[in-house]
Amino acid sequence: MGALDLSFFNRELITNFLWNGFVFSVELTLVAMAGGILLGTLLALMRLSDRSWIALPAAAYVNTMRSIPLVMVILWFFLLIPFLTGRPMGAEWSAVITFTAFEAAYYSEIMRAGIQSVSRGQVYAGNALGLTYAQTMRLVILPQAFRNMLPVLLSQTIILFQDTSLVYAIGAYDLLRGFSTAGRNFNRPVEAYLLAAVVYFVISFSLSSAVKQLQARIAIAR
Amino acid sequence: MQFRWEWEVFLRDTGGGETYLDWMISAWGWTLTVSACSWVVAVLAGSVVGTLRTTPSAWLGRLANAWVELFRNIPLLVQIFIWYHVIPAIYKPLQEVPSFILVVLALGFFTSARIAEQVRAGILSLPRGQREAGLAMGLTLAQTYRFVLLPMAFRIVIPPLTSESMNIIKNSAVAFAVSISELTMFAMQAQEETSRGIEVYLAVTGLYMATAFAVNRVMAFFEARLRVPGYVGSDH
Repeated sequence: MGALDLSFFNRELITNFLWNGFVFSVELTLVAMAGGILLGTLLALMRLSDRSWIALPAAAYVNTMRSIPLVMVILWFFLLIPFLTGRPMGAEWSAVITFTAFEAAYYSEIMRAGIQSVSRGQVYAGNALGLTYAQTMRLVILPQAFRNMLPVLLSQTIILFQDTSLVYAIGAYDLLRGFSTAGRNFNRPVEAYLLAAVVYFVISFSLSSAVKQLQARIAIAR
Repeated sequence: MQFRWEWEVFLRDTGGGETYLDWMISAWGWTLTVSACSWVVAVLAGSVVGTLRTTPSAWLGRLANAWVELFRNIPLLVQIFIWYHVIPAIYKPLQEVPSFILVVLALGFFTSARIAEQVRAGILSLPRGQREAGLAMGLTLAQTYRFVLLPMAFRIVIPPLTSESMNIIKNSAVAFAVSISELTMFAMQAQEETSRGIEVYLAVTGLYMATAFAVNRVMAFFEARLRVPGYVGSDH
């Protein structure tokens, strides 16, 4: 084989191929994280409800999402959204909706564990103070659940960031697509995929090291 | 909105002398084969790496740590591309190897990082006295692992291993990216050729869910068979 030739990796490559993809991957991660945690918290509250007509649909949604490969979920949404709305939707927007809906199922399992980790006395205390259910949840339980689960929520977000590469299946232009397009254009696939691996590794590894430190600090505070 | 089911799509000819149903079943076979082979690679590599992380040797531990971090922090799809495009370019003999093998190695090593974590946690969850007792009896370190620690650790690891086995089935879907003719690849191509995406996707999704459920039951069977009397979860 020829030696690795990284000469094509320059400023132009970054601005022409990689930057847009990188921005999209980050946006997709952040939007799906925010939306997923919000929806996931709602799903978790639904699942913990005493009324089965509220709990069962939430459980069914979460279990279905968790038992299907993400790639299939991506394909499903890409097929169904235009079918239901009657107009075509770009791969990027479809990916944003898919990841929000999909990650909500995983975040909801984390939030459910978080809510259950708060002692029952806290609920009684809220009730005794005359707070409504909504107030008890919003002001007493959820802040503690969220704090307890913060490292796990962030770890899930790192997995989410890695999973965004799967939008490859519907041709959305993300970080990986940027690298593979550049590799094809310069006829340097080996170098392009190696660089892609390095970039993903550096981002994921530094984020998970940060989460580990955060975890240690939270553990001491408790 | 008007929508009519058209399940007959599965009886249509693909143009190659077989029906879409035939194709889907052979695709399911590929999904099962890729998953099963990757599972073997993952459990073997994961057990070795996870065990090494608990041995007293510092440099073996660091090596094993590096393995876990490397395979855990790169997306599976990127790892598949690395195995497919990069490694054969660097190591020529791999160019002769079918892409099926490369995908099995990619998915197997990717999963081995997770299994290594679980094996390590399983070994570390055993009371320290077990290791000391083994060594005090005059067993070598290797014998202590072989006869004392690992038999217990593997039983502890079965529940997380079950969910990892179900994950392998789901993750095998990523093999579509290098044109392995598995279920997701079938779904994408059949959808394109027949325009009956909903029927095709429903059937494929159903097969994935049925497979994951079957794996879950098989692992539950082994968990029940391998239970150690006297521990939480055993009814003896």
